[in-house]
Amino acid sequence: MTLSEFDNLRPSGPARRRGADGKPGTRRRRENGDGSREMPMVPEAEFTSYYGRPVVKPAPWGEDVALYLFLGGVAGGSALLGLGGQLTGRPILRRNARLGALAALSLGAGALVKDLGRPERFLNMLRTFKVTSPMSVGSWILSAFGAGTALVAAAEIDRMTGCRIPLGPLRKALQAVEGPAGFEAAVFAGPLAAYTAVLLGDTATPTWNAAHEELPFVFVSSACLASAGLAMVTTPVHEAGPARKLAVLGVLGDLAAMKVMEHRMDPVAAEPLHLGKAGTMLTWSERLALGGGLGALLAGRNRAVAAASGFALLAASALTRFGVFEAGLASARDPRYTIEPQKNRLAARRAAGVSDDAITTAR
Amino acid sequence: MGQLSGPTDPTTDAHWEHNHPRKGFFTDTSICIGCKACEVACKEWNHNPQDGNLELLGSSYDNTGSLGASTWRHVAFIEQGQERITQARESGRALVNLGMPRIGPPAPDSSDPAEADTTPPDTADFRWLMSSDVCKHCTHAGCLDVCPTGALFRTEFGTVVVQDDVCNGCGTCVAGCPFGVIERRSNGTVKVATSREDQHDEHPAVPNAGIAQKCTLCYDRLVDDQTPACAKACPTTSIKFGDHDAMVETAKERVADLHAKGLTEARLYGANENDGVGGTGSVFLLLDEPEVYGLPPDPRVPTADLPTMYRRAGLAVAGMAAAAALAFLGGRA
Repeated sequence: MTLSEFDNLRPSGPARRRGADGKPGTRRRRENGDGSREMPMVPEAEFTSYYGRPVVKPAPWGEDVALYLFLGGVAGGSALLGLGGQLTGRPILRRNARLGALAALSLGAGALVKDLGRPERFLNMLRTFKVTSPMSVGSWILSAFGAGTALVAAAEIDRMTGCRIPLGPLRKALQAVEGPAGFEAAVFAGPLAAYTAVLLGDTATPTWNAAHEELPFVFVSSACLASAGLAMVTTPVHEAGPARKLAVLGVLGDLAAMKVMEHRMDPVAAEPLHLGKAGTMLTWSERLALGGGLGALLAGRNRAVAAASGFALLAASALTRFGVFEAGLASARDPRYTIEPQKNRLAARRAAGVSDDAITTAR
Repeated sequence: MGQLSGPTDPTTDAHWEHNHPRKGFFTDTSICIGCKACEVACKEWNHNPQDGNLELLGSSYDNTGSLGASTWRHVAFIEQGQERITQARESGRALVNLGMPRIGPPAPDSSDPAEADTTPPDTADFRWLMSSDVCKHCTHAGCLDVCPTGALFRTEFGTVVVQDDVCNGCGTCVAGCPFGVIERRSNGTVKVATSREDQHDEHPAVPNAGIAQKCTLCYDRLVDDQTPACAKACPTTSIKFGDHDAMVETAKERVADLHAKGLTEARLYGANENDGVGGTGSVFLLLDEPEVYGLPPDPRVPTADLPTMYRRAGLAVAGMAAAAALAFLGGRA
């Protein structure tokens, strides 16, 4: 029933939903058409929140950061393949992996700087070393990794151009440090691929935080399969054997770690991994990883199949990173993912008899 | 580096040698009248720009929305009916029965309905909750822990402040705060209402755009022994400012007082140093569950789990190295 002519200008109200226990939502407003009350502007939720507004704030990170998560993994894995090529005498694999590492690293670091609120102050990242800040630790890892990667890539480029780069006496020095630099880059390769998982886990963003125990395994597996995929694309099959094996190991690790992660996470905080854009991306990531892994395992000695599998693996890794990234941002935007897991864990602790560690007290 | 979790004195942890007492707020929402003088005083003193367009949010008298880069005090308005008041009273009473830690001898059991003064409040069938929210200045501050540049620091008063000439706007602190307080200030969204466009053609430049901003507990006033602007402006003393220990003591007295009057919906938020953030510098007295006010019910500083995360990451790195070694060593493919 409508008594006011302005009522048909109002947005149609959302359907009233009731909680599982049959109690009405807390910010319940009676259906009314008399215009004496304001209409709710946000959909009514089954849990209590402040007008459905987020409790925690999502990180102000754009897709540049998700891209970096992917490229950092590619760079780290490629450095390991480069060292392997260096030690086992596979010059093409070594060259391609080293150049791939430098390219991924440069693009990734550029994306990171671009995402800063004050890009001109990017060097402040190295102003201090803070072990409590994964971003600080990561900046130093990135710098250390970058040093070795740049040196070995420079040596490769010099060789490719037939030593025509005017290096002068520096060429001897470059050739002398090339081997140790390959090792140095490889030492920081794993940390480069893994620290981003700690960076996401060490936030109040519900889905990332709930995944903090397993996310490092997802990220290093994803780094392995992505870098192996890149090597399968760029390197002839007779030298890419180790890359194919690394791809298979990476796919196995990725699929297993992802399943364990979803299983061990708080079920509410895990929901955004299956919903919306993030859900679609993670589903496709799994399919592509499986396809790419099978391609590498069964027909990796065929150049065309190897390249196609490589592209599939690269796409799988990118989708994993973008999916996890998106799921976290979505979990921060919806207060339910902050409030419900927290209420549940508080209730569980109280049921277990722990009653002195709540933030809410009556005396 | 000090502790990552648990009760501690944050100033000592931060290696301050002279011992200023820790400062903090006690925001008693039971006497807040929602005048928003604190919001205005804060904006004026700290030169904070308008955030976003002027708009009506449809959430009672709250058109501010939430704390943010340019809003360091936010007054929440919540309208409730009889049913919710009853629920709040029950949930508050349940907290008493949990046997919370207390100081001194146990108080006489004032929650006994037979003894308590159960004079109902003047609005028995509806109420309007108003609460001025602010940065919690946590004992273990998530934002401070994860800041990579050292722009965020612990002051001699135990508060957490951004150095705006150091911050490079990486945004890690925004995700690190379990209360959703700190935010990166953007300069792209500040516009005045369309109808007044002509009068406001020239917008003042937005200071500190692109860097993280939050309440400083008026650090510039504290060093001069002054009260923060919001507490100074509060007409009902709902916002009290002082030494943190004294604030917690006042808060405990106040909640006991309200319970004695039968208002068992009253509860403290942040006064327990055993909670997930080691207790907050800004203590609140709430009249309902924290999530009703948009506060997290069981916040935990993410850095408390950082040692676990580093261990797991170390394992993952070892696994990655092993996989690479296996790929090269495991015979011909």
